[in-house]
Amino acid sequence: MAEKILMKGNEAIAHAAIRCGCDGYFGYPITPQSEIMETLMEEQPWETTGMVVLQAESETSSINMIYGGACCGKKVMTSSSSPGVSLMCEGLSYLAGAELPCLVVNVVRGGPGLGTIQPGQGDYFQAVKGGGHGDYKMVVLAPSSAQEMYDFVDLSFELAFKYRTPAMILADGVVGQMMETVELRPMKPRLTNEQIIEKYSSWATTGKTPGRKQNVVTSLALDSIIHEQLNNTLQAKYRKMEEDDVRFEEIMCDDAEHVIVAYGCMARICESTVEMARKEGIKLGLLRPITLFPFPTNEINRLVPQLKTMMSVELSAGQMVEDVRLAVNGRIPVNFFGRLGGIVPSPDEVFEAFKKAINK
Amino acid sequence: MDVNDIIKPENMVYSKTPVLTSTTMHYCPGCSHGTVHKLIAEVIDEMGIQEKTIGVSPVGCAVFAYNYVDIDWQQAAHGRAPAVATATKRLHPEKYVFTYQGDGDLASIGTAEIMHACNRGENIVVIFINNAIYGMTGGQMAPTTLLGMKTATTPYGRTKELHGSPLRITELLAQLEGTCYVTRQSVHNAASARKTKRAIRKAFENSALGKGTSFVEVVSTCNSGWKLSPVKANEWMVENMFPKYPVGDIKDL
Amino acid sequence: MKEEIIIAGFGGQGVLSMGKILAYSGIMQGQEVTWMPSYGPEMRGGTANVTVILSDKKISSPILSKFDTAIILNQQSMDKFEDGVKPGGLLIYDPNGITRHPKRKDINVCTIAAVDLSAELGNSKAYNMVVLGAFLSKKPIVNLENVIKGLKKSIPERHHSLIPMNEQAIKVGMEKIQVINSL
Repeated sequence: MAEKILMKGNEAIAHAAIRCGCDGYFGYPITPQSEIMETLMEEQPWETTGMVVLQAESETSSINMIYGGACCGKKVMTSSSSPGVSLMCEGLSYLAGAELPCLVVNVVRGGPGLGTIQPGQGDYFQAVKGGGHGDYKMVVLAPSSAQEMYDFVDLSFELAFKYRTPAMILADGVVGQMMETVELRPMKPRLTNEQIIEKYSSWATTGKTPGRKQNVVTSLALDSIIHEQLNNTLQAKYRKMEEDDVRFEEIMCDDAEHVIVAYGCMARICESTVEMARKEGIKLGLLRPITLFPFPTNEINRLVPQLKTMMSVELSAGQMVEDVRLAVNGRIPVNFFGRLGGIVPSPDEVFEAFKKAINK
Repeated sequence: MDVNDIIKPENMVYSKTPVLTSTTMHYCPGCSHGTVHKLIAEVIDEMGIQEKTIGVSPVGCAVFAYNYVDIDWQQAAHGRAPAVATATKRLHPEKYVFTYQGDGDLASIGTAEIMHACNRGENIVVIFINNAIYGMTGGQMAPTTLLGMKTATTPYGRTKELHGSPLRITELLAQLEGTCYVTRQSVHNAASARKTKRAIRKAFENSALGKGTSFVEVVSTCNSGWKLSPVKANEWMVENMFPKYPVGDIKDL
Repeated sequence: MKEEIIIAGFGGQGVLSMGKILAYSGIMQGQEVTWMPSYGPEMRGGTANVTVILSDKKISSPILSKFDTAIILNQQSMDKFEDGVKPGGLLIYDPNGITRHPKRKDINVCTIAAVDLSAELGNSKAYNMVVLGAFLSKKPIVNLENVIKGLKKSIPERHHSLIPMNEQAIKVGMEKIQVINSL
């Protein structure tokens, strides 16, 4: 078995990027995720794998550097935290519109505005409903451990290239700052320029060779008919993601009468709540969406007939709960518990809130 | 007698470079963009680097530059072309990467991006079209609009008190250690177009030598925005733009 | 076995690194671990704390409100975390600078005069290792051999010459812990 190393979730992202064959990282410092670029700069991957690492002048520039790299068919990524990701939303919309694969990591802190540097999950809407303009979606993965921070880097790139779409790792300050053991996966080499031409020359700007048509990467289509077709292509991709790439984890849901839905750090905390409830004889389970888009709507549908209530637990004023309610569609009560301002509730606080809600 | 009877090798005195597509340009008659596109295409052709050149087009009239120059293109968000080009060049050091930007794109919304790309000395070429107005959006004030000049958003003329002075960003960029070649040219007559072509060629050659950022400003006309005929626009440019934006090399290392 | 620990004090006392060494020791002993720090302005001179969990099984919540052990190194942390110790749990503190001592009678309370002891050792940087030794004497959840291995993992190789001094500090802490309240 590979060696397990104690590291922060943020450090795991950096090591995973180097080891999964990422071509470039472009970023700007912001708490609580600065360890990602710091680790990359310390590791100097340009000396080993040839990966480019560059500190940009702003998040606006970072995301547009990603755009340039992605145009070339390269595996490129950036990372930031909430206010920085707001600045990136213009670029995300362009990336989605131009059908470009890339990875954006958002280690979420509390908002709105400059907010707090403590953990938050208030960027759920921005991530899954589209923070930028226009009808677009991204693949959104929500890790809840340092190991998943590591593993979801490679998975994000796989899904991003499968669908030619931006992918986001929506983490939070807890998962980013917490140290746990991480198993490093085997090294994957970066693709060579020749391999990139072979795989992506139908769209990537790899240089117009004689006989090949000119490749233009753009999200612009002034002709409304063509632009509607472009939008329909995007929507068809999103429906395909919903069919094929929903990921979730269930804990003690088989006989559950109540289910908590939580992601990221809150899923870890609610797992302890489930243990507490089971000790008291309450049949509580946990559904942890791993992909926030595509959302596990069908799984919620499947669970509803056996359940009395569901409860969404979030570090927000109630965002994912809207998707849970859409899936439940009024059949059973869907309760909500959340904390704001960077306060992370403990398992017993969640348990108290849960008991209060079901006894209402 | 049709056109094919006239175009015969023995009659040929000029032919379009194959790097320029046959698409009819959407630019207004008298606009400088068409000439600059042609010069870039000729340089790419003459240097034999069509396969190795990637262009980054802006937001503005030249957003469609990719319809006319037959290379791979990346269409950037407004002002962000230098960031896009930075990553492209870093990930493809063997390629020739250039941005093509107008004055609103480069000197207003994209000021941070161009400053930092030039300061890092990215080995890219920047072609900067300065016609002192926003063309695509309908003739609004640009950062380079002259004092007193009337635009859709300065209907009584630009004033220093309200809008500040015209921004000579090219002189600013020449101050940065990352730029190796900073020049200001024009394309209003054959002689100036020939000089501009030489400047563009030098800029592309610099990027292969890894000398830093090469920046070519082309003082240009926007006769539609200026509400002048093409000939009058050229005269107006020489008379009013050149005193503020004098033509010539500013830096050549 | 599952031990849930909060270590809290001033930034600069080595709170976070002590937690890290404990976590690495747990890994050496084949345990699952999590290390969850307070982060942000605390790192720059204010209070700092870290929650460390060592367990034989997969760890669910890294965030806790109740702890098996609280290791408290300043007054603010005493005020904040005394109530967080589970009944029957352990509170260890350095009396240096403490003006309000713990009142609870339903927990085990010990002191370790780590400021004085590390000064006697001639190395104030060994402060947190003295505290760690005190903890391990009461809760031998990891053996000394694995703590030394953990130290080697968490200290850069260029500082490995300091390991014998750290080991000595741990042993001093183990010997010099004083029991204030024992259940």
